[in-house]
Amino acid sequence: MSNNHYPSLTLTLKNLACVRGDKLLFQELNLEAASGEVLEVKGPNGVGKSSLLRIIAGLAPAYDGAMMLASDEDTDLAIEEHAHFLSHQNALKDGLSVTENLTFWHHFSREQGLSPSQALEQVALPHLAELPVGVLSAGQKRRVAFARLLVERRAVWLLDEPTAALDARADALVGGLISNHAKLGGIVLAATHLPLQIDTAQVTVKTLQLDVLQGEQS
Amino acid sequence: MALWTLYRYETRLAMTSGGGMLTGVIFFLSLVTMIPFAIGPDLPLLAKIGPAILWIGALLSTLLGLDRLFKMDQEDGTLDVLRVSHQPLELIVFVKCAAHWTVSVLPLVIAAPLFGLLLNMEGAGMLSIAGTLLIGTPALTFLGAIGAGLTVGLRRGGLLLPILILPLTIPVVIFGVAASVAGSQIGLETAVNFKTPFLFLCAMTLFSAVLAPIASAWAIRLNDN
Repeated sequence: MSNNHYPSLTLTLKNLACVRGDKLLFQELNLEAASGEVLEVKGPNGVGKSSLLRIIAGLAPAYDGAMMLASDEDTDLAIEEHAHFLSHQNALKDGLSVTENLTFWHHFSREQGLSPSQALEQVALPHLAELPVGVLSAGQKRRVAFARLLVERRAVWLLDEPTAALDARADALVGGLISNHAKLGGIVLAATHLPLQIDTAQVTVKTLQLDVLQGEQS
Repeated sequence: MALWTLYRYETRLAMTSGGGMLTGVIFFLSLVTMIPFAIGPDLPLLAKIGPAILWIGALLSTLLGLDRLFKMDQEDGTLDVLRVSHQPLELIVFVKCAAHWTVSVLPLVIAAPLFGLLLNMEGAGMLSIAGTLLIGTPALTFLGAIGAGLTVGLRRGGLLLPILILPLTIPVVIFGVAASVAGSQIGLETAVNFKTPFLFLCAMTLFSAVLAPIASAWAIRLNDN
Protein backbone atom coordinates (compact mmCIF):
# COMPACT_ATOMS: atom_id res chain seq x y z
CA MET A 1 0.00 0.00 0.00
CA SER A 2 1.22 3.48 -0.72
CA ASN A 3 0.16 5.22 2.42
CA ASN A 4 3.37 7.19 2.47
CA HIS A 5 3.16 10.92 2.07
CA TYR A 6 3.90 12.93 -0.99
CA PRO A 7 6.72 15.44 -0.67
CA SER A 8 5.54 18.90 0.25
CA LEU A 9 4.57 20.73 -2.93
CA THR A 10 3.31 24.14 -3.94
CA LEU A 11 1.53 24.88 -7.18
CA THR A 12 1.64 28.57 -8.13
CA LEU A 13 -0.10 30.30 -11.00
CA LYS A 14 0.86 33.87 -11.74
CA ASN A 15 -1.07 36.31 -13.92
CA LEU A 16 -2.47 33.49 -15.98
CA ALA A 17 -4.57 34.50 -18.98
CA CYS A 18 -6.48 32.28 -21.36
CA VAL A 19 -7.80 33.08 -24.81
CA ARG A 20 -10.08 30.72 -26.71
CA GLY A 21 -10.77 31.68 -30.29
CA ASP A 22 -10.91 35.47 -30.09
CA LYS A 23 -12.40 35.56 -26.64
CA LEU A 24 -10.49 36.37 -23.50
CA LEU A 25 -11.76 33.92 -20.89
CA PHE A 26 -9.80 35.04 -17.87
CA GLN A 27 -6.75 37.12 -17.08
CA GLU A 28 -4.52 37.97 -14.14
CA LEU A 29 -5.46 34.76 -12.44
CA ASN A 30 -3.29 34.16 -9.40
CA LEU A 31 -3.43 31.04 -7.37
CA GLU A 32 -1.43 29.13 -4.86
CA ALA A 33 -2.23 25.62 -3.76
CA ALA A 34 -0.10 23.71 -1.29
CA SER A 35 0.08 20.07 -0.33
CA GLY A 36 -3.02 18.90 1.45
CA GLU A 37 -5.33 21.42 -0.14
CA VAL A 38 -8.39 20.89 -2.28
CA LEU A 39 -9.27 23.73 -4.59
CA GLU A 40 -12.75 23.89 -6.07
CA VAL A 41 -12.89 25.91 -9.27
CA LYS A 42 -16.38 27.31 -9.69
CA GLY A 43 -18.14 29.50 -12.16
CA PRO A 44 -20.80 29.46 -14.86
CA ASN A 45 -20.52 27.35 -18.03
CA GLY A 46 -18.01 28.58 -20.58
CA VAL A 47 -16.10 30.69 -18.11
CA GLY A 48 -12.91 28.73 -18.66
CA LYS A 49 -12.83 26.13 -15.88
CA SER A 50 -11.90 23.28 -18.19
CA SER A 51 -9.48 25.49 -20.09
CA LEU A 52 -7.73 26.37 -16.85
CA LEU A 53 -7.24 22.69 -16.03
CA ARG A 54 -6.00 21.95 -19.54
CA ILE A 55 -3.51 24.78 -19.30
CA ILE A 56 -2.19 23.56 -15.96
CA ALA A 57 -1.90 20.03 -17.37
CA GLY A 58 0.16 21.41 -20.24
CA LEU A 59 -2.41 20.37 -22.83
CA ALA A 60 -3.19 23.89 -23.98
CA PRO A 61 -0.92 26.92 -24.08
CA ALA A 62 -1.53 29.80 -21.71
CA TYR A 63 -2.00 33.15 -23.40
CA ASP A 64 0.03 34.85 -20.71
CA GLY A 65 1.42 34.19 -17.27
CA ALA A 66 3.49 31.55 -15.55
CA MET A 67 2.96 28.29 -13.69
CA MET A 68 5.26 26.66 -11.19
CA LEU A 69 5.30 23.47 -9.23
CA ALA A 70 7.89 23.51 -6.48
CA SER A 71 8.96 21.04 -3.82
CA ASP A 72 11.49 21.48 -1.03
CA GLU A 73 14.32 20.14 -3.14
CA ASP A 74 13.35 21.23 -6.63
CA THR A 75 11.73 24.55 -7.42
CA ASP A 76 10.95 23.79 -11.03
CA LEU A 77 9.15 20.47 -11.43
CA ALA A 78 7.42 19.60 -14.69
CA ILE A 79 3.74 19.80 -13.81
CA GLU A 80 2.70 17.29 -16.46
CA GLU A 81 4.96 14.69 -14.86
CA HIS A 82 3.34 15.13 -11.46
CA ALA A 83 -0.28 15.68 -12.42
CA HIS A 84 -3.16 13.37 -13.16
CA PHE A 85 -5.67 14.81 -15.59
CA LEU A 86 -9.24 13.54 -15.54
CA SER A 87 -11.42 15.30 -18.06
CA HIS A 88 -15.09 14.60 -18.69
CA GLN A 89 -13.77 11.72 -20.80
CA ASN A 90 -12.67 8.66 -18.88
CA ALA A 91 -9.74 7.52 -21.05
CA LEU A 92 -10.91 3.91 -20.87
CA LYS A 93 -11.06 1.43 -23.73
CA ASP A 94 -14.52 -0.11 -24.11
CA GLY A 95 -13.23 -3.32 -25.68
CA LEU A 96 -10.85 -4.22 -22.87
CA SER A 97 -11.71 -5.39 -19.39
CA VAL A 98 -11.55 -3.12 -16.37
CA THR A 99 -8.43 -4.88 -15.13
CA GLU A 100 -6.72 -4.69 -18.52
CA ASN A 101 -7.35 -0.95 -18.67
CA LEU A 102 -6.00 -0.35 -15.18
CA THR A 103 -3.07 -2.73 -15.64
CA PHE A 104 -1.93 -0.75 -18.66
CA TRP A 105 -1.88 2.55 -16.78
CA HIS A 106 -0.27 0.84 -13.80
CA HIS A 107 2.64 -0.41 -15.94
CA PHE A 108 2.85 2.72 -18.07
CA SER A 109 3.30 4.88 -14.99
CA ARG A 110 6.38 6.69 -13.74
CA GLU A 111 5.75 5.78 -10.13
CA GLN A 112 3.41 2.87 -9.57
CA GLY A 113 0.62 3.32 -7.07
CA LEU A 114 -1.91 0.76 -5.92
CA SER A 115 -2.27 -2.46 -7.85
CA PRO A 116 -5.34 -2.57 -10.13
CA SER A 117 -7.21 -4.89 -7.75
CA GLN A 118 -6.48 -2.66 -4.73
CA ALA A 119 -7.57 0.39 -6.71
CA LEU A 120 -10.82 -1.32 -7.64
CA GLU A 121 -11.50 -2.03 -3.99
CA GLN A 122 -11.00 1.67 -3.25
CA VAL A 123 -13.76 2.55 -5.72
CA ALA A 124 -15.92 -0.36 -4.50
CA LEU A 125 -16.01 -2.18 -7.82
CA PRO A 126 -13.91 -5.32 -7.32
CA HIS A 127 -16.74 -7.50 -8.65
CA LEU A 128 -16.53 -5.84 -12.11
CA ALA A 129 -12.82 -6.50 -12.64
CA GLU A 130 -13.20 -8.92 -15.53
CA LEU A 131 -16.04 -7.16 -17.39
CA PRO A 132 -15.33 -5.13 -20.50
CA VAL A 133 -15.59 -1.41 -19.78
CA GLY A 134 -18.13 -1.07 -22.59
CA VAL A 135 -20.89 -2.76 -20.60
CA LEU A 136 -20.51 -0.59 -17.49
CA SER A 137 -22.86 2.26 -16.66
CA ALA A 138 -21.69 5.87 -16.92
CA GLY A 139 -21.24 6.13 -13.16
CA GLN A 140 -19.31 2.87 -12.94
CA LYS A 141 -17.00 4.02 -15.75
CA ARG A 142 -16.37 7.21 -13.84
CA ARG A 143 -15.40 5.22 -10.77
CA VAL A 144 -13.02 3.08 -12.84
CA ALA A 145 -11.56 6.32 -14.19
CA PHE A 146 -10.90 7.30 -10.57
CA ALA A 147 -9.24 3.95 -10.01
CA ARG A 148 -6.85 4.94 -12.81
CA LEU A 149 -5.72 7.89 -10.69
CA LEU A 150 -4.85 5.46 -7.91
CA VAL A 151 -2.74 3.00 -9.93
CA GLU A 152 -0.16 5.67 -10.65
CA ARG A 153 1.14 7.89 -7.86
CA ARG A 154 0.95 11.53 -8.88
CA ALA A 155 0.72 14.35 -6.41
CA VAL A 156 -1.49 16.80 -8.31
CA TRP A 157 -4.98 15.80 -9.40
CA LEU A 158 -6.69 17.94 -12.02
CA LEU A 159 -10.34 16.92 -12.15
CA ASP A 160 -12.94 18.25 -14.54
CA GLU A 161 -16.48 17.68 -13.25
CA PRO A 162 -15.39 14.66 -11.22
CA THR A 163 -18.81 13.86 -9.80
CA ALA A 164 -21.00 14.22 -12.87
CA ALA A 165 -22.96 10.99 -13.53
CA LEU A 166 -22.41 9.73 -9.99
CA ASP A 167 -25.13 8.74 -7.56
CA ALA A 168 -25.12 9.92 -3.94
CA ARG A 169 -23.13 6.96 -2.64
CA ALA A 170 -20.49 7.18 -5.36
CA ASP A 171 -20.39 10.91 -4.77
CA ALA A 172 -19.42 10.32 -1.16
CA LEU A 173 -16.93 7.67 -2.24
CA VAL A 174 -15.20 10.03 -4.66
CA GLY A 175 -15.23 12.76 -2.01
CA GLY A 176 -13.49 10.29 0.29
CA LEU A 177 -10.85 9.51 -2.35
CA ILE A 178 -10.17 13.20 -2.86
CA SER A 179 -9.96 13.86 0.89
CA ASN A 180 -7.64 10.91 1.29
CA HIS A 181 -5.39 12.15 -1.48
CA ALA A 182 -5.18 15.57 0.15
CA LYS A 183 -4.43 13.98 3.53
CA LEU A 184 -1.48 12.18 1.95
CA GLY A 185 -0.10 15.54 0.90
CA GLY A 186 -1.55 15.72 -2.60
CA ILE A 187 -3.05 18.74 -4.30
CA VAL A 188 -6.50 18.53 -5.89
CA LEU A 189 -7.92 21.05 -8.33
CA ALA A 190 -11.49 20.25 -9.25
CA ALA A 191 -13.73 22.17 -11.63
CA THR A 192 -17.19 21.47 -10.33
CA HIS A 193 -20.71 22.78 -10.02
CA LEU A 194 -21.71 20.45 -7.24
CA PRO A 195 -20.01 20.75 -3.87
CA LEU A 196 -17.63 17.85 -3.27
CA GLN A 197 -18.27 15.64 -0.26
CA ILE A 198 -14.98 16.38 1.39
CA ASP A 199 -13.99 15.76 4.97
CA THR A 200 -13.50 19.45 5.81
CA ALA A 201 -12.39 18.66 9.34
CA GLN A 202 -9.08 17.35 8.09
CA VAL A 203 -8.65 18.91 4.67
CA THR A 204 -8.41 22.55 3.67
CA VAL A 205 -10.89 23.37 0.94
CA LYS A 206 -10.45 26.59 -1.00
CA THR A 207 -12.67 28.00 -3.70
CA LEU A 208 -11.65 29.79 -6.84
CA GLN A 209 -14.53 31.66 -8.40
CA LEU A 210 -14.22 32.44 -12.08
CA ASP A 211 -16.53 35.11 -13.44
CA VAL A 212 -17.52 36.08 -16.92
CA LEU A 213 -15.56 39.05 -18.18
CA GLN A 214 -17.97 41.74 -19.30
CA GLY A 215 -17.50 42.84 -22.88
CA GLU A 216 -13.76 42.35 -22.91
CA GLN A 217 -12.23 41.31 -26.17
CA SER A 218 -8.57 40.71 -26.87
CA MET B 1 9.66 -0.47 -20.31
CA ALA B 2 6.71 1.90 -20.24
CA LEU B 3 6.96 2.23 -24.01
CA TRP B 4 7.02 -1.55 -24.45
CA THR B 5 3.86 -1.67 -22.32
CA LEU B 6 2.31 0.91 -24.61
CA TYR B 7 3.34 -1.12 -27.69
CA ARG B 8 1.70 -4.28 -26.37
CA TYR B 9 -1.42 -2.36 -25.32
CA GLU B 10 -1.73 -0.72 -28.74
CA THR B 11 -1.28 -3.98 -30.66
CA ARG B 12 -3.84 -5.66 -28.42
CA LEU B 13 -6.32 -2.80 -28.94
CA ALA B 14 -5.81 -2.83 -32.69
CA MET B 15 -6.46 -6.53 -32.84
CA THR B 16 -9.56 -6.48 -30.64
CA SER B 17 -11.27 -3.45 -32.12
CA GLY B 18 -13.26 -4.46 -35.12
CA GLY B 19 -10.90 -6.46 -37.36
CA GLY B 20 -8.80 -3.58 -38.69
CA MET B 21 -6.22 -6.24 -39.42
CA LEU B 22 -8.25 -8.09 -42.02
CA THR B 23 -9.96 -5.17 -43.74
CA GLY B 24 -6.62 -3.90 -45.03
CA VAL B 25 -5.67 -7.27 -46.48
CA ILE B 26 -9.08 -7.81 -48.06
CA PHE B 27 -9.06 -4.32 -49.54
CA PHE B 28 -5.59 -5.04 -50.92
CA LEU B 29 -6.80 -8.33 -52.40
CA SER B 30 -9.81 -6.66 -54.04
CA LEU B 31 -7.61 -3.99 -55.61
CA VAL B 32 -5.17 -6.54 -56.99
CA THR B 33 -7.97 -8.73 -58.28
CA MET B 34 -9.56 -5.81 -60.11
CA ILE B 35 -6.46 -5.05 -62.18
CA PRO B 36 -6.42 -8.18 -64.41
CA PHE B 37 -10.12 -7.63 -65.11
CA ALA B 38 -9.47 -4.05 -66.11
CA ILE B 39 -6.39 -4.71 -68.20
CA GLY B 40 -7.44 -7.96 -69.82
CA PRO B 41 -5.65 -11.29 -70.16
CA ASP B 42 -2.28 -9.92 -71.21
CA LEU B 43 0.12 -11.99 -69.10
CA PRO B 44 3.44 -10.34 -70.06
CA LEU B 45 1.98 -6.90 -69.41
CA LEU B 46 0.62 -7.97 -66.02
CA ALA B 47 4.00 -9.40 -65.02
CA LYS B 48 5.65 -6.16 -66.09
CA ILE B 49 3.39 -3.83 -64.13
CA GLY B 50 2.91 -6.29 -61.25
CA PRO B 51 5.36 -4.66 -58.79
CA ALA B 52 3.84 -1.24 -59.42
CA ILE B 53 0.32 -2.54 -58.82
CA LEU B 54 1.31 -4.30 -55.63
CA TRP B 55 3.04 -1.17 -54.34
CA ILE B 56 0.08 1.07 -55.15
CA GLY B 57 -2.26 -1.46 -53.60
CA ALA B 58 -0.18 -1.67 -50.45
CA LEU B 59 0.02 2.12 -50.27
CA LEU B 60 -3.75 2.58 -50.49
CA SER B 61 -4.42 -0.22 -48.02
CA THR B 62 -1.95 1.33 -45.60
CA LEU B 63 -3.86 4.60 -45.71
CA LEU B 64 -7.11 2.82 -44.94
CA GLY B 65 -6.70 2.46 -41.18
CA LEU B 66 -4.46 5.44 -40.55
CA ASP B 67 -7.19 7.86 -39.54
CA ARG B 68 -7.80 5.68 -36.49
CA LEU B 69 -4.20 6.08 -35.30
CA PHE B 70 -5.05 8.92 -32.89
CA LYS B 71 -8.75 9.44 -33.51
CA MET B 72 -10.01 6.77 -31.13
CA ASP B 73 -7.63 7.86 -28.40
CA GLN B 74 -8.76 11.43 -28.88
CA GLU B 75 -12.43 10.50 -28.66
CA ASP B 76 -12.16 8.61 -25.39
CA GLY B 77 -9.66 10.99 -23.77
CA THR B 78 -6.72 8.58 -23.79
CA LEU B 79 -4.69 10.93 -25.98
CA ASP B 80 -4.91 13.69 -23.35
CA VAL B 81 -3.82 11.32 -20.61
CA LEU B 82 -0.92 10.04 -22.71
CA ARG B 83 0.14 13.63 -23.27
CA VAL B 84 0.13 14.27 -19.52
CA SER B 85 2.60 11.46 -18.97
CA HIS B 86 6.29 11.21 -18.31
CA GLN B 87 6.97 10.00 -21.86
CA PRO B 88 7.47 12.57 -24.62
CA LEU B 89 4.64 12.70 -27.13
CA GLU B 90 7.13 12.10 -29.97
CA LEU B 91 8.06 8.70 -28.56
CA ILE B 92 4.42 7.86 -27.92
CA VAL B 93 3.66 8.64 -31.57
CA PHE B 94 6.61 6.48 -32.64
CA VAL B 95 5.37 3.54 -30.59
CA LYS B 96 1.81 3.95 -31.85
CA CYS B 97 3.10 3.92 -35.44
CA ALA B 98 5.17 0.81 -34.74
CA ALA B 99 2.16 -0.96 -33.25
CA HIS B 100 -0.07 0.14 -36.12
CA TRP B 101 2.50 -1.12 -38.64
CA THR B 102 2.76 -4.49 -36.91
CA VAL B 103 -0.96 -5.09 -36.83
CA SER B 104 -2.26 -3.44 -40.00
CA VAL B 105 0.66 -3.26 -42.44
CA LEU B 106 2.77 -6.34 -41.75
CA PRO B 107 -0.09 -8.61 -42.89
CA LEU B 108 -0.08 -6.70 -46.22
CA VAL B 109 3.65 -7.32 -46.60
CA ILE B 110 3.14 -11.02 -45.95
CA ALA B 111 0.17 -11.24 -48.32
CA ALA B 112 1.77 -9.26 -51.16
CA PRO B 113 3.92 -12.12 -52.60
CA LEU B 114 0.87 -14.38 -52.65
CA PHE B 115 -1.14 -11.73 -54.49
CA GLY B 116 1.78 -11.60 -56.96
CA LEU B 117 0.51 -14.94 -58.23
CA LEU B 118 -2.60 -13.19 -59.55
CA LEU B 119 -0.36 -10.88 -61.55
CA ASN B 120 1.74 -13.62 -63.15
CA MET B 121 4.87 -12.75 -61.21
CA GLU B 122 7.93 -14.99 -60.87
CA GLY B 123 9.54 -16.18 -57.65
CA ALA B 124 12.30 -13.57 -57.69
CA GLY B 125 9.74 -10.83 -58.24
CA MET B 126 7.65 -11.97 -55.31
CA LEU B 127 10.68 -12.09 -53.10
CA SER B 128 11.76 -8.59 -54.03
CA ILE B 129 8.25 -7.16 -53.62
CA ALA B 130 8.08 -8.60 -50.10
CA GLY B 131 11.54 -7.22 -49.31
CA THR B 132 10.90 -3.72 -50.60
CA LEU B 133 7.50 -3.52 -48.93
CA LEU B 134 9.01 -4.67 -45.67
CA ILE B 135 11.57 -1.88 -45.80
CA GLY B 136 9.39 0.79 -47.41
CA THR B 137 5.98 0.54 -45.72
CA PRO B 138 7.16 1.83 -42.31
CA ALA B 139 7.90 5.12 -44.09
CA LEU B 140 4.28 5.21 -45.28
CA THR B 141 2.98 4.66 -41.76
CA PHE B 142 5.23 7.32 -40.26
CA LEU B 143 4.31 9.84 -42.96
CA GLY B 144 0.67 8.95 -42.43
CA ALA B 145 1.03 9.78 -38.75
CA ILE B 146 1.62 13.41 -39.75
CA GLY B 147 -1.73 13.46 -41.52
CA ALA B 148 -3.40 11.61 -38.68
CA GLY B 149 -2.05 14.20 -36.25
CA LEU B 150 -3.28 17.08 -38.38
CA THR B 151 -6.77 15.66 -38.82
CA VAL B 152 -7.27 14.33 -35.29
CA GLY B 153 -9.40 17.28 -34.28
CA LEU B 154 -11.67 17.10 -37.32
CA ARG B 155 -14.91 15.25 -37.12
CA ARG B 156 -14.69 13.90 -40.65
CA GLY B 157 -11.02 13.89 -41.40
CA GLY B 158 -11.12 10.39 -42.88
CA LEU B 159 -10.81 11.43 -46.52
CA LEU B 160 -8.68 14.48 -45.92
CA LEU B 161 -5.87 12.33 -44.63
CA PRO B 162 -5.05 10.48 -47.89
CA ILE B 163 -5.22 13.76 -49.81
CA LEU B 164 -2.69 15.30 -47.45
CA ILE B 165 -0.43 12.30 -47.33
CA LEU B 166 -0.39 10.85 -50.86
CA PRO B 167 1.90 13.56 -52.30
CA LEU B 168 4.42 12.90 -49.54
CA THR B 169 4.53 9.21 -50.37
CA ILE B 170 5.54 9.69 -54.03
CA PRO B 171 9.31 9.29 -53.42
CA VAL B 172 8.72 6.13 -51.44
CA VAL B 173 6.65 4.67 -54.28
CA ILE B 174 9.23 5.66 -56.93
CA PHE B 175 12.13 3.98 -55.16
CA GLY B 176 10.06 1.09 -53.89
CA VAL B 177 8.81 0.17 -57.34
CA ALA B 178 12.23 0.76 -58.91
CA ALA B 179 13.87 -1.57 -56.42
CA SER B 180 11.28 -4.30 -56.73
CA VAL B 181 11.36 -4.18 -60.56
CA ALA B 182 15.14 -4.38 -60.56
CA GLY B 183 15.08 -7.15 -58.00
CA SER B 184 12.77 -9.28 -60.10
CA GLN B 185 15.17 -9.40 -63.05
CA ILE B 186 18.17 -11.68 -62.85
CA GLY B 187 21.45 -10.46 -64.27
CA LEU B 188 24.76 -8.86 -63.50
CA GLU B 189 23.66 -5.24 -63.57
CA THR B 190 20.61 -6.11 -61.46
CA ALA B 191 22.63 -5.88 -58.26
CA VAL B 192 23.50 -2.25 -58.96
CA ASN B 193 20.03 -1.37 -60.22
CA PHE B 194 18.51 -2.90 -57.13
CA LYS B 195 20.91 -1.60 -54.55
CA THR B 196 20.60 2.12 -55.33
CA PRO B 197 16.82 2.50 -55.01
CA PHE B 198 16.76 -0.02 -52.18
CA LEU B 199 19.21 2.03 -50.13
CA PHE B 200 17.19 5.15 -50.87
CA LEU B 201 14.14 3.31 -49.58
CA CYS B 202 16.00 2.40 -46.37
CA ALA B 203 17.05 6.03 -45.98
CA MET B 204 13.48 7.25 -46.36
CA THR B 205 12.20 4.88 -43.72
CA LEU B 206 14.94 5.95 -41.32
CA PHE B 207 14.38 9.64 -42.01
CA SER B 208 10.63 9.41 -41.58
CA ALA B 209 10.99 7.31 -38.43
CA VAL B 210 12.86 10.21 -36.84
CA LEU B 211 11.23 13.26 -38.39
CA ALA B 212 7.59 12.22 -38.82
CA PRO B 213 6.89 11.57 -35.10
CA ILE B 214 8.21 15.06 -34.34
CA ALA B 215 5.98 16.61 -36.99
CA SER B 216 3.03 14.49 -35.93
CA ALA B 217 3.40 15.38 -32.24
CA TRP B 218 3.60 19.03 -33.20
CA ALA B 219 0.40 18.66 -35.25
CA ILE B 220 -1.39 17.02 -32.32
CA ARG B 221 -0.41 19.86 -29.99
CA LEU B 222 -1.60 22.34 -32.61
CA ASN B 223 -5.13 21.01 -32.25
CA ASP B 224 -5.29 22.50 -28.79
CA ASN B 225 -4.53 26.07 -29.77
